Amino acid sequence: MTDSSPDPTPTPAAPRTGRQRLSDALLRPSRAQVVVAVLLGIVGFAAITQVRAYEVDDTYAGYREQALIDVLNGLAGTSQRAQAEITRLERARDDLQSSTSSRQAALDQARQQADTLDILAGTVPVTGPGIRITVEEVDGPADIDSLLDTVQELRNSGAEAMQINGEVRVVAQTAFEDGVGGIVVDGTPLSPPYVIDVIGEPSTLVGGLNFAAGPIDQLEEDGATVDVDELQSIDIESIVPATRSEFAEPNTEQ
Amino acid sequence: MIAAFGLLVGVLLGLFFRPDVPLGLEPYLPIAVVAALDAVFGGLRAYLDGIFDDKVFVVSFVSNVVIAAAIVYLGDRLGVGGQLSTGVIVVLGIRIFSNVAAIRRHLFHA
Repeated sequence: MTDSSPDPTPTPAAPRTGRQRLSDALLRPSRAQVVVAVLLGIVGFAAITQVRAYEVDDTYAGYREQALIDVLNGLAGTSQRAQAEITRLERARDDLQSSTSSRQAALDQARQQADTLDILAGTVPVTGPGIRITVEEVDGPADIDSLLDTVQELRNSGAEAMQINGEVRVVAQTAFEDGVGGIVVDGTPLSPPYVIDVIGEPSTLVGGLNFAAGPIDQLEEDGATVDVDELQSIDIESIVPATRSEFAEPNTEQ
Repeated sequence: MIAAFGLLVGVLLGLFFRPDVPLGLEPYLPIAVVAALDAVFGGLRAYLDGIFDDKVFVVSFVSNVVIAAAIVYLGDRLGVGGQLSTGVIVVLGIRIFSNVAAIRRHLFHA
């Protein structure tokens, strides 16, 4: 109210000026002002409402029917394309997953095969149940044929890995020779007592040795004593270095 | 004073209640607001001229709003709603400008 005092600028007196009327109105309320206030309130309310409504949805508010239909069609097409894209990507994902899993299966199989071959070739240390055969020469030297028979019978009985005296792994290429004061296996001289560690089904292995005129009988005829122990777990530590074959190569045509 | 207070109350009520515009009124509200503004500026000019009469003001306010809305409604029926509302806005805009010019002359003598 204080700032609405009449304009001090002198104006031609007789008819009141607009400014004076305005300041009079500010100072002196009247019935007309109440009416005007109500109408102005309605205007303000409507204006704010309109502004709000326009802000809320200003993207499509001014569109006519045809434009809205076009927009809707465009959206439908876009969503259809997106759906197709989703389907395509899902199919690609499924393909990749199945190829990954089949590759994984092939890899597992190959790894398993490699493990088996490693054990057969004697290139890795192995452990498992088996028997330990101790041949002690009491009355005479154990004949190399008898030892070889022992190894062959063990192979017959399903021996999966063998080593002699903890030094020499017995594999497919292993050769036995007579040596001075003992035998030579794969170029390694061994002296008695011979200890043969075998991994396989223990009772089958023992059965493979214990028949009439079998390896044990032969060794005892030679003048040796044979002890067979069945063990829950034998470690075979000696290995054969892996070598690449020089002449033989896989024939993939068969 | 009371008039300015009324405007303020209306704005605050609009901000506070955030009313939804009924769908049927949606095309007419903006035109109605502009027509009401025209009536308000006309009333202010008349007041400054010393010929203000509250009855006239109320009648002109209501008739302005109703006629503007009716023109837009008619235009929508005839399929020229967009163009007709543009025309109404132009006319009302011209009137608002001339009223504001008169008010300006009264208040600033310029």
